[in-house]
Amino acid sequence: MLNIALPKGRLGEKVYSMFEAAGFECPSIRETNRKLIFENTEKQVRYFWVKPSDVAIYVERGAADIGVAGKDILLEYEPDIYELLDLELGKCRMAVAAPAGFRDDGKRTLRVATKFTGIAADHYARLGRQIDIIKLNGSIEIAPILGLSDVIVDIVETGTTLKENNLEVVETIVPISARLIANKAGFQFKRTQIERIQQSLKEQVKQHD
Amino acid sequence: MIDQTILKSEERAVFALRSLYRRYGYAPYKMSKFEEYEYYIRNKDFLVSDRIITFNDTNGRLMALKPDVTLSIIKNCEDLPGCKQKVCYNENIYRLCGSTRQYKEIMQAGLECIGDIDLYDICETVFLAAQSLALISEEFILQISHLGILAAVLDRICPAPGFRQAATGFIAGKNAHDLIRLCREYGISPASEQILTGFVSTYGQRDQVLAQLEALCGDFAAKPLQELKELSALLDTTPFSERIIFDFSVVNNMSYYNGIVFNGFLSGICEGVLAGGQYDKLMQKMERRSGAIGFALYLDLLEQLPAPKSEYDVDVLLLYDSETATAAVAETARELIESGKTVSSQKAVPPKLRYRELVDLRKEAGVC
Repeated sequence: MLNIALPKGRLGEKVYSMFEAAGFECPSIRETNRKLIFENTEKQVRYFWVKPSDVAIYVERGAADIGVAGKDILLEYEPDIYELLDLELGKCRMAVAAPAGFRDDGKRTLRVATKFTGIAADHYARLGRQIDIIKLNGSIEIAPILGLSDVIVDIVETGTTLKENNLEVVETIVPISARLIANKAGFQFKRTQIERIQQSLKEQVKQHD
Repeated sequence: MIDQTILKSEERAVFALRSLYRRYGYAPYKMSKFEEYEYYIRNKDFLVSDRIITFNDTNGRLMALKPDVTLSIIKNCEDLPGCKQKVCYNENIYRLCGSTRQYKEIMQAGLECIGDIDLYDICETVFLAAQSLALISEEFILQISHLGILAAVLDRICPAPGFRQAATGFIAGKNAHDLIRLCREYGISPASEQILTGFVSTYGQRDQVLAQLEALCGDFAAKPLQELKELSALLDTTPFSERIIFDFSVVNNMSYYNGIVFNGFLSGICEGVLAGGQYDKLMQKMERRSGAIGFALYLDLLEQLPAPKSEYDVDVLLLYDSETATAAVAETARELIESGKTVSSQKAVPPKLRYRELVDLRKEAGVC
C-alpha cells in the first residue's frame, strides 16, 4: 500500500486530479464528509489530507511514502527527502518586499520580518548582509508600515496584498511551486509504484506546458 | 546461556554484528565518552552537526560528549605501510536531532579499516555493510555510489564551488528540475546538462547502471568506473547481490569522502540505518598517509522494526501471602519457570499486570 499525503485545499484537489488521471484513483475521496483518510485497496493507494505545511513532515517521517509540498516549505525546513518532480502548480515566488521607494543603503543592520526565517537567513548570508530577523506568524505586510521592520520576506502570488499596503517587491529570492516528494526509505521498497506515478505526473505537466 | 527471544532488535544486533566483525579480523575498540572540544571543532565540517554538548573538566579544559566515532578512531591509529588496522565498535554518540533540534543519544555499531587499503578492503567493507543489514532483516537495500565519478564529471562540466555544491545537493535529492535550472543559470551546455541529469535518473540494478554510466561518462571517468565494475563483479558472488544497487543520490561530504560511499535501508524504518564510505580526504586533512573506509549502523532506529506484540506481560501470576511458606512459593515458581512459563510472584494483583493464568497459593493455604 502506497501512502500519499496531499495538502488540504484547492491545490490538494488539483493534485489529486493528477493522481486520478495517472490511474491511481480513489473515488471515496470525492465524497462530501469529514474523513481525512481514503483507501483504494485495488490500486494499493491510501490518500490522506494534511495541513500543507505538514506534508513534508509526514513524508520525512515515513507516515507517507510520497506527498506534495510547496517549495517554500522544503526550503524552510530542509527535510531529508527526495524531490522527484516540479508539478508547476501553485506557482508564486519568495520575495523581499519593502515600502515603495525604500532603499537599503547598507549602513545599518537590516530588520527583516518573516515567517520564513531559514530562507531569509540563507538569502542574506549569501549576500553577506547583516540582518535582524523578526519571526512573525501572519500579517507580515504590516511590519514595515508600523516600523517593526525595514523589509519583509514572504510569498508573493499576484502582488495585490503588497500593493494595497503600499509595499513593492525589491527582489525575488526563489520561484515557488508544488513539488512531488518521496520518503528516502519508502522509495527503495516501493520504487516501481512511485516511478509509475512520477512518470505519469511528469507527462501531465509536460502536456500543460 | 542468553535467551535470544527476549532481546530487543538492537540488542540482538549488537551480538550478531560483533560476532560478524570479529570473524573478519576486526578488533573491538572501546573509547572514552568524551574528548577535547577543540579536536571536534577543528574537523567540524566532517560532523553531521557542529552543535556539540560541552562541559569543563576539573582542569578547566573544555570537553565534548562524543558526537562522532570515526574521528576518535583515526586519532589513535598509526600509519603503517602495507598494513591495515581494523576496528569495530559499539558506542553511544550525542548529536542534535534534525527535526526536533534536540540533543539525542544515538547507539551506533560499526567498523573502520584504516591503512594501506585496496579494492579488496573496499569490497570487504561493502560486503560487511550488506551482511550487517541482512543480519537484521532480509528486506534491505544497500545503495552504492562512487564520488570519484561524480567529481570527474563536475570537474569537467563546471568546477565553480557554488555550482558543485548546489548540483550535488540536487543530485542527492533526485531533483532533476532544479538541477536543469541551475545548469541554465550557469550557462552549462545542453550536452553537459544531460550528463548531469543522468546522475539523477541513473539508479537501480548494477549492470544496467554500469552500462548507462559507460555512455554518460566512460571517456573521462574511466578509472573510478572500472573500480565500480570490479566491485560489482565481486558483489555478484554474494547471496544478496540483488539487494545492492547503484544510486548516485548517495553523496556524503565530498570534502572528506572520495571513493565508494553507501547508505543502507531496512523495510519498516523510515530513514537510512547505515551510512559509510571511503574517506581518504579526511585522512589527508588530518595529515595522515593512510587511506580509510568504514561505516556505522544506527541501532536506535531498530526500535521502529515491528516487534511481536504479546497479549500478556507474564504467563503466571503467583499470589502468596505472609501465611504461605517461603519454600512453597520458591518451589512453585521454580516448577513453573522450568516448564517454560514466565512468572511474577506477588502478594496482591498489580493493577496493570496482564497475566494468562493465576496460581493462588493463598487459596491453597486456605487463607481465602
